[in-house]
Amino acid sequence: MTTMQARSPDRAEQLATLRAILERHGRQPAKLIPILQAVQDEYRYLPEEVLSYVATALGLPPAHVYGVATFYAYFALEPKGKYVVRLCDGTACHVKNSLPILDALRDHLQVDEEHKTTADMQFTVETVACLGACGLAPVVMINGQVHSRMTPEAAVQLIEEIRKSEPAEA
Amino acid sequence: MIKPAVVTIDGRDVAIEGERNLLELIRKAHVELPTFCYHSELSIYGACRLCLVDVEGRGIMGACSTPPEPGMRIKTSTAEIREIRRITIELLLANHDGHCPTCPKSDNCKLQALARRMGIETIRFKPRQKRVEVDNSSCSLTRDPNKCILCGDCVRVCTEIQGIGAINFAHRGSQAAVEPAFGKKLGDVECVNCGQCAAFCPTGVLTPKSEIPAVWRAFEDPRKKVVAQVAPAVRVALGECFGLPPGEEVTGRLVAALRAIGFAAVYDTSFTADLTVIEEGTEFLQRKTKGGKLPMFTSCCPAWVKFAEHNYPELLPNLSSCRSPQQMFGSLAKETLPQQLGVAKEDLVVVSIMPCTAKKFEARRPEFTHDGVADVDIVLTTQELARMIEEAGLDFKALEPDSLDMPFGFYTGAGVIFGASGGVSEAVLRFAAEALTGKPLAKVDFLQVRGEGGLREASVVIDGTTVKIAMVHGLANARHVAELVKAGKADYDVIEVMACPGGCIGGAGQPIAGNGLARKARTKGLYDADKRLPLHKSQDNLFVTQSYQEHLGPVGGERAHNLLHTHYHNRRPSDEGELQKHETPAEVRLQVKICAGTACLVRGAQKIAHAVRGYVEEHSLQNMVDVRMIFCSENCGNGPTVMVGDRVLPRCTVEEARQALDEELANHT
Ligand code: SF4
Ligand code: SF4
Ligand code: FES
Repeated sequence: MTTMQARSPDRAEQLATLRAILERHGRQPAKLIPILQAVQDEYRYLPEEVLSYVATALGLPPAHVYGVATFYAYFALEPKGKYVVRLCDGTACHVKNSLPILDALRDHLQVDEEHKTTADMQFTVETVACLGACGLAPVVMINGQVHSRMTPEAAVQLIEEIRKSEPAEA
Repeated sequence: MIKPAVVTIDGRDVAIEGERNLLELIRKAHVELPTFCYHSELSIYGACRLCLVDVEGRGIMGACSTPPEPGMRIKTSTAEIREIRRITIELLLANHDGHCPTCPKSDNCKLQALARRMGIETIRFKPRQKRVEVDNSSCSLTRDPNKCILCGDCVRVCTEIQGIGAINFAHRGSQAAVEPAFGKKLGDVECVNCGQCAAFCPTGVLTPKSEIPAVWRAFEDPRKKVVAQVAPAVRVALGECFGLPPGEEVTGRLVAALRAIGFAAVYDTSFTADLTVIEEGTEFLQRKTKGGKLPMFTSCCPAWVKFAEHNYPELLPNLSSCRSPQQMFGSLAKETLPQQLGVAKEDLVVVSIMPCTAKKFEARRPEFTHDGVADVDIVLTTQELARMIEEAGLDFKALEPDSLDMPFGFYTGAGVIFGASGGVSEAVLRFAAEALTGKPLAKVDFLQVRGEGGLREASVVIDGTTVKIAMVHGLANARHVAELVKAGKADYDVIEVMACPGGCIGGAGQPIAGNGLARKARTKGLYDADKRLPLHKSQDNLFVTQSYQEHLGPVGGERAHNLLHTHYHNRRPSDEGELQKHETPAEVRLQVKICAGTACLVRGAQKIAHAVRGYVEEHSLQNMVDVRMIFCSENCGNGPTVMVGDRVLPRCTVEEARQALDEELANHT
């Protein structure tokens, strides 16, 4: 029975960052949200294993932690692609025909509402309510960089340029 | 004279007598205000908005979350309130998978009942939910999320009464749902199968998993002999399904019904409860006198056992190693009945009738199957049996009482009180007292262990030896006591744990009680049955003695140990957060680790993980290989990194991973 608890030392090392985050917050269940925030900054998303670990460490039921993580749109439970493509669907962009751009991008990358990330983990396509660049509508943002007055063709073109700049997959 | 504090409800003055909220006061005045999310045993959630009342000068308010104040004048059924309630029900129905005739909750559904009460004939709103898969992963419960009205009752029972929180709200807005962590299935998480969530769910989302078809099939098979064991708590609750009052003992009619629907023999789990008393009592006395692990926890409740395996693996040595009465019956039956009934072992079908959903899980534990033959084949809840009796068209109330079959139909009062909280303790005391003094016990009733509280203690002096006992029901209470034991702050010899409110009589397989009164009546029913029986001590059960002589050998001996005892597993999530439920210890299995750091993921680690897992499943290697994602191997430049055993494969491809797996497996054994 005790053997179950034995951990491989290398694994323990990999957990060091996570432990440091937990320590920094005094392992307090009340600090769940800042802890999740810090964890997401570290891993870019909230992997299931990490969430289970956090739950166990804080003495909270995993379903509770999962509930909090899925309540806030900020938290991502799925890994995102190397390039996060955000398409604004705020009123201004919507009026200026952002939907055909979304369709074109999804079509081109073979993703949809549910599966937002390409199989090769290169691109994630998301919509956001407003990027605050209404004057430039319709807007696409790729890894934080804003591309204004987009058309479906121009957006697909952008993707292709990134693809070409990437080394071929190993 | 001081005028009593009153609230005027629909023109009538009602005195405030410590009611916590208007709802309690209104119900005291016999107005049945509709509610989904209010339960007196749970915290107040205030989400269903059905309990609305009009408070003069304040407007419309939720009765469940408003404390009564002297002088309040309220109306419970104005035109406005009725319309709001109607809209609420219609909105719920619009999103509810209303296939009522095929729903297991059909006779007991609050949503259906309220829709009828409100006179709802059309639904003015369009549905907008998409269908989700029904979760059939649990041995004990079926979960059909399409029927959920998000009242949160299940979440609160599981968290507040059971101290587990296996299910909770997830997502939000129109996506909101009640689910286990990570959208997993109920059978894959720390749920202990107690079924209390199902007992509280007002609709048909959570229901005991039906095994009725398997029983009908067994009857149809000419080679099979189907026998039944009936748990103590069933006899004082089954009658409720046929209009009899809770607590009325219906053993005779129950036996008649079982024979009429096709059982070849009908036995009683109270018999093996007597056997449990002898084994567990002996184990306790040995621990107590020879310095063994104390306190000793009882082990007859399978929900508690699984709870301990998940949460307190360090206390597993404190659990009695005795199998539960259900499983003792199973092993004894499969050992002795084939010869007695003239049937091959594999053609003997043992069906349990239980008040409990967790017993379904228990019967499927691998420890209780030998050479492919399960000790207990099918577990029916009281509710399921009632449905079978109805299906067979029997007029239950009019049945001529029949008697149980021997030898396993013989029991003493000690066996029958097992069904109530405190019963196991009392039964063991009746045994231990005589064993310690060597003299017949003058008074068999130990009133100090009886009671309703969820956390009780008693101390009994026998021949100069003090035995300190704690009795808990509700696993949140068990958690409390387990923490005390862990901290070395508990001074008990025996701790009796039952997961369900009031013990097995409040099991989730019983007819839905709705309030504590039915549970009280059932408990009384069991103690009354004890009084009526000629024998009250398990050691006086002659057929138990005979079983030892003919089949089991000496009490506590090797054969008895093999047939009547068991062992437990650590199911605690390890530090890495994975559940330990492996059959082969982890260190023996080949470890495949795939880095899930961002760099590796971007380079296709997930694809490799998927392919390797697929390969392992395809070749049924699950028991030999562990595939895990690790956080970051810090080898980002050369990702994706995969480790197979001790081999590190940088820039790994699916093909390389598979090849390495094959090679390492060849070396591994
Ligand atoms: S069966 Fe018991 S442990 Fe499982 S989810 Fe329901 S209440 Fe929780
Ligand atoms: S599953 Fe049942 S009890 Fe739980 S929230 Fe849904 S309707 Fe309420
Ligand atoms: S019972 Fe008051 S809001 Fe549900």
